Amino acid sequence: MAQSILTDIKKAAKKSLKAREDALASTQTQMEILNGELFADGELPYFKDKIAETGQFPLRPKTLEVLQINVGYMCNQVCGHCHVDAGPDRKEIMTRETMEECLEVIRNTGAHTLDLTGGAPEMNPDFRWFVEEASKAGIQDFIVRSNLTIILANKKYHDLPEFFKNHNVHVVSSMPHYTRGKTDKQRGDGVFDKSIKALQMLNEVGYGMPDSDLCLDLVYNPSGAFLPADQAAMEHDFKKALKEDFDIDFHNLFAITNLPISRFLDYLIASDNYEDYMYSLVEAYNPAAVENVMCTNTISVSWDGWLYDCDFNQMLDLKVASKVKHIKDFNNDVLNNRDIVISQHCYGCTAGAGSSCQGTVA
Amino acid sequence: MAKSYYDPADLRKFGKITEWSEELGNKFFDYYGKVFEEGALSAREKSLIALAVSHVVKCPYCIDAYTKDGLQRGITKEEMMEAVHAGAAIESGATLVHGVQMMNKYDKLSM
Repeated sequence: MAQSILTDIKKAAKKSLKAREDALASTQTQMEILNGELFADGELPYFKDKIAETGQFPLRPKTLEVLQINVGYMCNQVCGHCHVDAGPDRKEIMTRETMEECLEVIRNTGAHTLDLTGGAPEMNPDFRWFVEEASKAGIQDFIVRSNLTIILANKKYHDLPEFFKNHNVHVVSSMPHYTRGKTDKQRGDGVFDKSIKALQMLNEVGYGMPDSDLCLDLVYNPSGAFLPADQAAMEHDFKKALKEDFDIDFHNLFAITNLPISRFLDYLIASDNYEDYMYSLVEAYNPAAVENVMCTNTISVSWDGWLYDCDFNQMLDLKVASKVKHIKDFNNDVLNNRDIVISQHCYGCTAGAGSSCQGTVA
Repeated sequence: MAKSYYDPADLRKFGKITEWSEELGNKFFDYYGKVFEEGALSAREKSLIALAVSHVVKCPYCIDAYTKDGLQRGITKEEMMEAVHAGAAIESGATLVHGVQMMNKYDKLSM
């Protein structure tokens, strides 16, 4: 039965939840589920109460280190686990005007990392201009989150490895597994072969090679309703398999937990895994992970310039609890004096060794 | 009372066995946790052994738990099924090797 549900999801997942006018496209519906009876009836503790046990409520920011900018929700893929609900049908794209406002902040902020994400960020028509301008700001670590297949999606993207290299971009790419079956199930048929080809193209220009300064890291998301295993063990398995089977090199593997929002929440509910998954997250709660959770050193900017504590809060439309809510009004001191907005999805970042866009945190 | 002997939700309550016998329960869980740590065998190898044994002892809770554990560790379905066959082979072998006892008895009783 679970298999037929998954087949149905896979068929439906040619489009975003939004394009399907699915109830879960509404952030309000998602919040109702996350605040639903499982927590309201006291079966599981609210995240707020859990972190209060160790005196970590309210969660407060530390020094701003990472500015993460989502340049649009458009993507060439429609992955089953996507927390952005990205896809070819999403039209939310950052304008050059908002990019200019971001650049102003990039030039003046003390953040050492700039992290561009999407959708497929490369699909934003001003992506290359933005990268060129941002790279002039002298940011220490300039990340672009690339889904890999975009490099092969169209001739105009074939030179992306060279473009990334010319701007010393740190490439972080999604690769759910080193086997074809698991990758294609999560991300769509043919994704595995294209990802392998794209990784080889990145290797060819020097990315990911041992001793190379051109950083190529991979992101592993579990392809189902389970938590990621030990990051170091997974990295070892990935490195061995990708090297032996495809002669691919990369630097680090980040194991990221799927958060129960958007399309992954849709999958959890449809496959009758939601309750078990929430139990798994709560059981794996680690107070040490709360200490370094990414919202304490990150600001997430949406395609239209609004500010969030993280990319997940952005997708739930939970804006920062600060007087400053938009990039055009950015003020580090005011923003740093805020409480971080939390809900039950936050258990995803505090399970086990913790989870962030840079992998484990504890 | 539940109308069926096995409820998947009971697995989550496993830890509660300590409530009725704290000392023995805690000793068991300490032992259990220690067994599955990295040792001369990797945690990954032990997970596959646990999966095979789960089938042999026909414990639905254990099968759920170690299928999920295997997925988390990146163990492939081919590896999981081979482990189950290893368990099944020993179990059927254990039945069949008794055939020798039968043969011995048969021969002893026959003129």
